[in-house]
Amino acid sequence: MTKYSLSSVNLWYHDFQALTDVNIDIDNNEVTAFIGPSGCGKSTLIKSLNRMNDLIEGCRITGEFLLDGEDIYGNIDVNMLRKRVGMVFQKPNPFPMSIYDNVAFGPRTHGIKNRTELDEIVEKSLRDAAIWDECRDRLRKSALSLSGGQQQRLCIARALSVAPEVLLMDEPTSALDPISTGKIEDLINELKREYTIVIVTHNMQQATRISDKTAFFLLGEIIEVGRTEELFTNPKNEKTENYITGRFG
Amino acid sequence: MIKNLIKLAKRKKPADWLRFLLTWTSALAAIAILLYIVGFILVKGIPHIELSLFSTTYTVENQSLFPALVTTLVMVAMTLLIAVPFGVFSAIYLVEYANRGSKIVRLIRMTTEIIAGIPSIVFGLFGYIFFATWLGWGKSLLAGCFTLAIMILPLIMRTTEESLKSIPDSYREGSFSLGAGKLRTVWRITLPSAAPGIFAGIILAVGRIVGETAALMFTIGNVIQLPNNLFSQGRTLALHVYQLSTTGLYVDKAYATTVILLVVVLFINYLSSAVERRFLQKLR
Repeated sequence: MTKYSLSSVNLWYHDFQALTDVNIDIDNNEVTAFIGPSGCGKSTLIKSLNRMNDLIEGCRITGEFLLDGEDIYGNIDVNMLRKRVGMVFQKPNPFPMSIYDNVAFGPRTHGIKNRTELDEIVEKSLRDAAIWDECRDRLRKSALSLSGGQQQRLCIARALSVAPEVLLMDEPTSALDPISTGKIEDLINELKREYTIVIVTHNMQQATRISDKTAFFLLGEIIEVGRTEELFTNPKNEKTENYITGRFG
Repeated sequence: MIKNLIKLAKRKKPADWLRFLLTWTSALAAIAILLYIVGFILVKGIPHIELSLFSTTYTVENQSLFPALVTTLVMVAMTLLIAVPFGVFSAIYLVEYANRGSKIVRLIRMTTEIIAGIPSIVFGLFGYIFFATWLGWGKSLLAGCFTLAIMILPLIMRTTEESLKSIPDSYREGSFSLGAGKLRTVWRITLPSAAPGIFAGIILAVGRIVGETAALMFTIGNVIQLPNNLFSQGRTLALHVYQLSTTGLYVDKAYATTVILLVVVLFINYLSSAVERRFLQKLR
């Protein structure tokens, strides 16, 4: 089933056009990967899926962004949209507070004050993000005392804490070592059962390992979208082939 | 230092020696001047500290500093009460809400810079004309602390602004991406993270309040008494020292009072850093 349906999306930063006529469908309970060289617009597009681009001055967007058939740039509550569509960033960005408070921040934001309920949400989120065993004894310790890989999984737990439907991940492993990267990839494979996941990655092997569908971006346009296996073994476009075989990028 | 010296001895460039000499002499000079001033005050002042200085009333025979001490603490509290909310909230507006680089932001920033550069005696005259005379408050604690509040406002605004700006945007993004609104993000994420910097600004401001004389001379009055209401006159410690030494009659007492002033400043610094530590502990 289609979760997101984007058609004729154009995006400008002031005079610079960062996305040109983008059309893509993102399906439920699948991992969709955005690949392409730096500056090709993949991060820009993922940020527009939960309207994080609203924070950037001079950003202008046209086109249709349907989430479950509803236009997310229409008359909706942005905060509720961001509750439904969680995000994990390139660099782990835990808040400078305890591990517990980091995960409880989201539910508290949305009005949950009951102590036992919060405890349950925190535990479930940390378990789902596969970090519970590493931090169950130090929930009151600062999140900044965790390693980079642990911090990133904490950020995933934090994103899961508000029970989103979609999880956006903007190069979530680019700042991590191979072992932490492996853990997060395993986690993504687990999470797609419950969530729809969109991931931006620079690492083509990663895209083949974890994604069901891949979109290849170049200079603000989607050159090719397809099932990951198909796109990597039998690309239809010459540019895609050149990129995935490492001839440029 | 010893390690550095050994390292230095191994290299034999004269330029290295010169740099070493310059940095260390200037560092030592700075410390020496401070030690000299403090030592001078202590030597001159401590012998004249008597219990009678802490009597609740000031008389011609006994130049008690106690009323001035209480007035100083009251002034610090009242001035901060006015200036800190104003300063912090305007800084929040400038950093978090206003469009960066907009005309109004530049105007406000320019204004605060100009205010920061005005000599304090000008504030004194302004306070006298505006608060004491025009608003009819008379020379009073209220007129005094409003004058001081205007004076320290730029300091608090500037330090708050700088510490808010130093908070990485990734914290804000993290908060927004969880569906938190602007207000919650500022209140729960940005402001607590910026708190150490804001505290540092408040400590500096306290130093200015405690040490100020010129701005208070025309606004707070000259009566030495324990403050009993907002419109009573008073004398802060710094002003008291100034008056004691200008009359020429009680120079010894002026030194003794200065010692107490130093102790008060040190105590306030200690107190605020203790508060800051407590706060950081909660945060980390």
